[in-house]
Amino acid sequence: MEELLEIMHEVKPGVTFEGDSDLIGHGLLDSIAIVTLVGELCDAFDIEISPVDVVPENFKTVEAIYALITRLQED
Amino acid sequence: MKNVLEYLEHSAGLYSDKVAIADVENRLTYKELKEQAQCIGSLLIEKLGVTFGMTNPVAVLMDKCAFSLAAFMGVVYSGNFYVVIDAEMPVERINTIFEALLPVAVLTDTAHMDKAKKLKLSEGGIVVGIEDAPKASDIQSDKLNQVRCNMIDTDPVYALFTSGSTGVPKGAVVSHRNVISYTTWYTDTFGIDSDTVFGNQTPFYFSMSVSDVYSSLSSGATLQIIPKSLFSFPIKLMEFMNERKINTIYWVPSALCIIANWKMFQYASLPHLKKVLFAGEVMPTRQLNYWIENLPDATFANLFGPTETTDICTYYVVNRSFADDEPLPMGNACNNCSVFVLDEAGQLVTPEIDTETGYSREGELYARGSFVAMGYYGNREKTEAAFVQNPLNDKYPELVYKTGDLVKYNQYGELVYITRKDFQIKHMGYRIELGEVEAAAGALSGIKACAAVFDAEKDKIVFVYEGRKYDDKEIIDGIGKRVPHYMLPNVIVRIKSMPHNQNGKIDRKWLTANYETV
Repeated sequence: MEELLEIMHEVKPGVTFEGDSDLIGHGLLDSIAIVTLVGELCDAFDIEISPVDVVPENFKTVEAIYALITRLQED
Repeated sequence: MKNVLEYLEHSAGLYSDKVAIADVENRLTYKELKEQAQCIGSLLIEKLGVTFGMTNPVAVLMDKCAFSLAAFMGVVYSGNFYVVIDAEMPVERINTIFEALLPVAVLTDTAHMDKAKKLKLSEGGIVVGIEDAPKASDIQSDKLNQVRCNMIDTDPVYALFTSGSTGVPKGAVVSHRNVISYTTWYTDTFGIDSDTVFGNQTPFYFSMSVSDVYSSLSSGATLQIIPKSLFSFPIKLMEFMNERKINTIYWVPSALCIIANWKMFQYASLPHLKKVLFAGEVMPTRQLNYWIENLPDATFANLFGPTETTDICTYYVVNRSFADDEPLPMGNACNNCSVFVLDEAGQLVTPEIDTETGYSREGELYARGSFVAMGYYGNREKTEAAFVQNPLNDKYPELVYKTGDLVKYNQYGELVYITRKDFQIKHMGYRIELGEVEAAAGALSGIKACAAVFDAEKDKIVFVYEGRKYDDKEIIDGIGKRVPHYMLPNVIVRIKSMPHNQNGKIDRKWLTANYETV
C-alpha cells in the first residue's frame, strides 16, 4: 500500500488520494494520469495490467487499485 | 439558404422524432431541439429586447451536454451570437475574455449561476437562467419572426476564443455564410447524412466541434457526446461507441492515440465505425497505421485549418500507405475555399519540385473565400494584422487570412505542413522545423507521444517523449536516420505523461517552460 501511494504521488504530486471515495469523479485521476499510473504499476509490481482491467471500478479508490494489484500478483 | 437556423428547421421537418443530440443521460429529438431553442430565444428576446442592425454577444456558460446545443441555437434565434465559455475556466480568465467581448448577457444553468454572477458583463448586461425559458406553448413566434426578418448571412453566428501567443485570447467572429459554406464542403466531402452517428470528442469551445454540430444539424444526423472521462478507460470508450452505434468520428490525434497506444483492437472491435477524421495537431503516422490496419475499410482523413477559416481549409483523404516515420500531407484546398503560398518576398510559391529536396520551396499559407472569418471581436489591431488585402490582388478589396503556418508542396502537388511561422527556429545558423524532428521519431516504436520544443534562451532543441525508456543514443540514432545532424535534439527528456491543454492537444508551451524540472 505504501509503495502504491508513493507511486501515485509521483504521478500526481500534491494530491491527497487517501480516503477519497471517487478518484475519477472528483477529478484526482484524469485520463493521462491513469495511463501513466498503469505503466508505473506494471513496472513496480511486475504485473501486467490489460486494458480490460482499466475500468473505473478498479481505479475508484486507493483500496480498489490495491486490490487490483494483489489480484494480478496472485494470477 | 442564408441562416444556420434553416438547418435545424429543415431537419426538424424531415426527422422530427429522430435524436439530434444525446449525452449519457439526456437526448433531444430534432423537434425537441427546435422547440427548446425557440423557447430560449423567446426568453432572451423578452430580457434583451429586439435589437436592429447589431448582433450582440451572449456568452453561454454550462457543462457540455445535449442542452448546450439548444442554448446555442436559442441565442441565434434571439438575433444575437453565442460565445461558448469553458465552464471549468477560472473566473479571472473568463473576465480577460469578457474585457474584449462585453457580453450583453450570460446564459447559464443553475449549476453555474454563482460563477456567472461573478463575471464582468457590459453595462446593463444580465445573467439569464436557462431554466427560466417558457414552455413550448409560450414561444413568442411573432417576436422570433420579427428578429429573423432582419438577419442576413454576414451576421455572426458565434465567436470562438483561442489563446493568442501573447496570452490575450482572440475571438474569431464566424458568420452564417462562413458556417454554411464550410458545412456544405464538409457534408459533401465526407458523405454526412441522416444515417451518420457522430461520436463527438472535442469541446464546444473548440472550432473542431463546429464540424460535428453543423454537419449533423444540416443532414439530420445524430450527435453523440462522448463523456470526457471515457478517454481514461479505453475499453469503456469502445463499448460506448458500439452501444451508441457511432460510425463517424472527428477527433484530435491525441485521442486517437489512446486507442492505438493501448493496442485496443486486441480487446474490442468497432464494427460500426466507417469514418475516422482528425485535425488540430499532427497525427503520428505509426498510430494512424495501427488504426488503418484494424479498420481497413474505413475512410481516414487528415484535416487542416485554423478557427479563422471556420475550422478547416485543406484536407487529405488517406489514399496510399505511409511509412511510420513519414509525415502525412495536409492535402489540398476544400471546395469553395482557396489557399495559396507566398514566400518571404511575397512571391507566389508554385508546386514545382526542387529535385534535390523532393519538395517545392516553402512559404506561408494564405486562405481566401467564404470560409474566412469576419475578424477578431473587439480587436482591430490583431484583425488587421491577420486579415489582410490579398497580396496578389490590387484591383478591388478582398480580405484573405494569413495563417502563420509554413508549408510546402510534395511531388503529388499536396501541401505538407512544416511548422508555425513563430515556431520555426534558428539553431546553429540553420533554420529548423521542430515538426520534422517529431516525425522522424516515428521510427522508434516504443514512443507513445513526443514533442520537440526549443529553448531559445539556451539555444537548445529539447525532445520530450513518453513511452518505454530509451538510451539517449538510441533516440539520436533513430531520429538521425531522417534528419540532418544540426536538427538532432540537444536535450532528451522522458516524461511520465505528456501534458495536454484543455482541447486535448499536447501542451508545448508548458513543456518549453518546464522541461528541466519534469
